[in-house]
Formats: sequence, structure tokens, C-alpha cells
Amino acid sequence: MSIGEMNFFQRMIYILQEYSGSLIKGAATTMVIAIVCTLLGCVIGFAVGLLQTTEPHKNSGPVKRGLLKAVKLVLTAYVEIFRGTPMMLQAAFIFYGMAQLFNINLGMWSAAFIIVSINTGAYMAETVRGGILSVDPGQSEGARAIGMTHFQTMAHIILPQALRNIMPQIGNNLIINIKDTCVLSIIGTVELFFTFRSISGALYMYFEAATVTMAIYFILTFACSRILRAVENRMDGPADFNLATTDTLAFTSGMTRYDAQKGGTH
Amino acid sequence: MDEILKIEHLVKTFGTNEVLKDIDFSVYKGNVISIIGSSGSGKSTLLRCINMLEEATGGKILFHGQNILNGEINEDSYRTKVGMVFQSFNLFANLNVLDNCTIGQVKVLKRDKEEAKSIAMEYLAKVGMAQYIEAKPRQLSGGQKQRVAIARALVMNPEVLLFDEPTSALDPEMVGEVLEVMKDLAEAGMTMLVVTHEMAFARDVSNRVIFMSDGRIEEDGDPKTIFTNPKSARTKDFLSRFSS
Repeated sequence: MSIGEMNFFQRMIYILQEYSGSLIKGAATTMVIAIVCTLLGCVIGFAVGLLQTTEPHKNSGPVKRGLLKAVKLVLTAYVEIFRGTPMMLQAAFIFYGMAQLFNINLGMWSAAFIIVSINTGAYMAETVRGGILSVDPGQSEGARAIGMTHFQTMAHIILPQALRNIMPQIGNNLIINIKDTCVLSIIGTVELFFTFRSISGALYMYFEAATVTMAIYFILTFACSRILRAVENRMDGPADFNLATTDTLAFTSGMTRYDAQKGGTH
Repeated sequence: MDEILKIEHLVKTFGTNEVLKDIDFSVYKGNVISIIGSSGSGKSTLLRCINMLEEATGGKILFHGQNILNGEINEDSYRTKVGMVFQSFNLFANLNVLDNCTIGQVKVLKRDKEEAKSIAMEYLAKVGMAQYIEAKPRQLSGGQKQRVAIARALVMNPEVLLFDEPTSALDPEMVGEVLEVMKDLAEAGMTMLVVTHEMAFARDVSNRVIFMSDGRIEEDGDPKTIFTNPKSARTKDFLSRFSS
């Protein structure tokens, strides 16, 4: 059967058969970039968000205060610029800028990792800041009350809870990254969208190739969102706690007031 | 008597609002002090100033003669000596009961994990929570949370334990279990400073009562005198609301 005689479904199957290798490779590239860059973006976001929520210690001198202020200013500029411009242009800016100004030819992978991580980091910084602010202030009071330092409080109490709070947003970022890696095709990264363009260009089957590629994107994002939901549930643990033991101090039946007569004189 | 804390001319203002006005008193070893008074009288602020959760505006807080307000003693190491139990428990939500009680020992006191665990188990048993060590705070009732919070403070072997309205956020049927634990502590000789609205506790368990009114200490004395023969008219007025 020649391609001209095929119907829509047969043409899709034809694409899958002929180009399964490049589709899988494109999807794998997309996933590697998305996952690695979301993780790196989280690291950047946590570092930036942490610094932005740091208040100077009341005993710290003017030099320390000034330094912290300068660092915060730079970080704010970073967040605003990378949130406020299209990633496609950022890709072109960094990729061609590096070549022209510093004579550095970024490879496909390093260019992709740098651009998407920096972009994700800018969004994550705000997310982490919100996550830290959303943790009950009582948590850090509880930690300070037993003598934990600011750093210990952050590392062991606040950040783990902030991480849990922003898990949905991290998942959001991963899914956005899976889709948005397609802008990297502007600098020639061979990811899933690039594969779509090659297939449709070679076969002139735009509709069929788009359908197949969309289906693959959807499978990737849907699987990720389900997996992340499962991770969240695991982080939460069970909602109730039933033990066959009895709590001897809790009076579970009826109202029992503390009986002062037991201890003192009435 | 061994003087642990001495508070001299303590002042705390929030903006133009003077919450604590010239507070003077001492805490001696074995004191179980109930701080009573109506809402807004500055009781909780006083406690939070003593634990440095609020920065005092003026005056001195001497811990064994060292002023904590001017850095004579390291803030974090001072806090390990003065435990705090909060109205809203403030248990670490990401840690289970056992870890809540070991993290301070391991990270702050640098005890090894096994030692910290056995100490935590000892105090958790005292507050009747030993069988819940795997539970996360959100799986516990309010009364259970507060008992764990008391254990978390005790494992640090504090010299003084501050209680900031420990039963005010509890359902009525859970108040008793927390007060039982506090009574046991008082009988064991723990030095305690308790901001409370539980008049039965103030009268029968504590051995000293401070009545605060409008940012000042209005009356300070043994519970019997204060409850049966208060000197100040304000104290009398306040207590009359509870006697009926």
C-alpha cells in the first residue's frame, strides 16, 4: 500500500513504525532535559529563595547588612529578568551570546541544561519563598525555643515542610518544562518537537505527525503528574494513627476535668 | 534559695503600646509560679521576653547573674536551659513524635542518637506517649500533642520550664491530661513558670502566684494568700469572676 492510499490511522501507524527510533530518542531527550533541569532549577530556587527570606541578624554589622542587601538585589534582578522574558529568546541570547562574546560553543546538552535550569530557577525562587513563608511561624519558634540555630531550624524544620508545600508547584514546573523544551529547537536541540518537525517535513504528514507527537507529550506529562501525586501521598503518610494500645492519660469517654482535689487542699 | 532568673525593670513596647511596664521579680529553684491575669495584661509577652522570642525594650533579665539581653551569654545555649511549652504546641510537623524529642538533643546538645533516643523514651513514657513514637503530630489529639511538647522541652534538661497558656487551645476534655503531667512535674521539683487561666491549677499546684494587670505585677505571693486574702482590689475583682 502506498502512502497515498492510506487513511489517517494507517498513516499514524506508518509514522510510528518508520520513526519509532527518532520519536523515542526525541522523547527521551525531552524527558532528560525536563527532569534534570527541574531538579537543578529546584536547587537554584532553594538557594535563591533561602537567601531572599534571610533577615540580617540583629547583631550583624553594616558590612554584612550591605552585602546581604546587594546579593538580594542581584537575585531579584535575576528572578525578574528570567521570568519576564521568553525562554526561546533566552535560549538564543545565551547560546549565540556565548559564541560571539566569549567564543564558547555550547554543545546541545549543556546549552539546554543551562537555559532551562536558569529559567526554572527563576520561577522556583518565588515558589520557594512562598513555601517558606507558608510554614507556620510557630514551627521556627518551637525550634528556637530548644536552642536550634537559624541554619539548623531552616535545614531540619522549615525547608522540609516548605518542600512538601511546594511539591504541587514543582510538579507543575516539571510538566511545563516537558512542554517548553520545544523552544530549544531554535538552537537545534534534537528533542521531541524537533523530531516532529523532521517527520512532518520529510513525509508532509503534518496532521498525523502532530497527533502522534501530541499523544506522546500527553503520555509523558500525565505519567509525571500521577507519579508526583503518589510521591506527595507518600510524603504525607497515613492520615490516622490507630494503635491497639490505650492512652492511659487521655480520657476518651465523657468529660473529665482535671480534679484539683487529688493533689491539693480545697 | 538558689536564684535562677532575676528580672529587673523589664519594659516591652510594641510601637507606642507599652505592654510590660517595669517588671521586677525573681525565680528561685523549685518555684512553681502561676502567672494569672486578664487577657492583654502582658503575661504571654513576659514569658516570650524571658525566652527571647520577643526582644525586650529595656531592663535586664539575669540568668544566674548573667544578663541575657546584652550578649553576656550565648542566646542559643541559654534557650536550652529555659524550656518553653506553647499554647499552639508548635511540634515539628515534619517529624514524628520520637524525632521531635531527639532533634534538639542531637543537633543542639550533641548527644549521640542512641542516648538521645533513650532519654526521649524516658520522658515520653512519663507523659504517657511512649506508644506513639512513630506518629506524626497531625495524627495526635491536642492533649497528646501538648504532652509530646512537654517531653520535647524536658529532654533538654532545662533549669526552668515556661508554659504559655498550655491548655488554652485544648478541648475541655483534654485539659485534664495535660494538667496531670504538669502537676507531676511540679511535684518532682521542676522549676516552672506557667501562664494560665486554670485557677484550680494556680491555687492547688503552684507554690507562688503572680497576678498581672495592665503590664505590671499587681501582686506576688503564695497561692493561699492571693486566693483567700488578696491585697489588691484588682486581684480581688479578677478572682471574683472565677469563684462563682
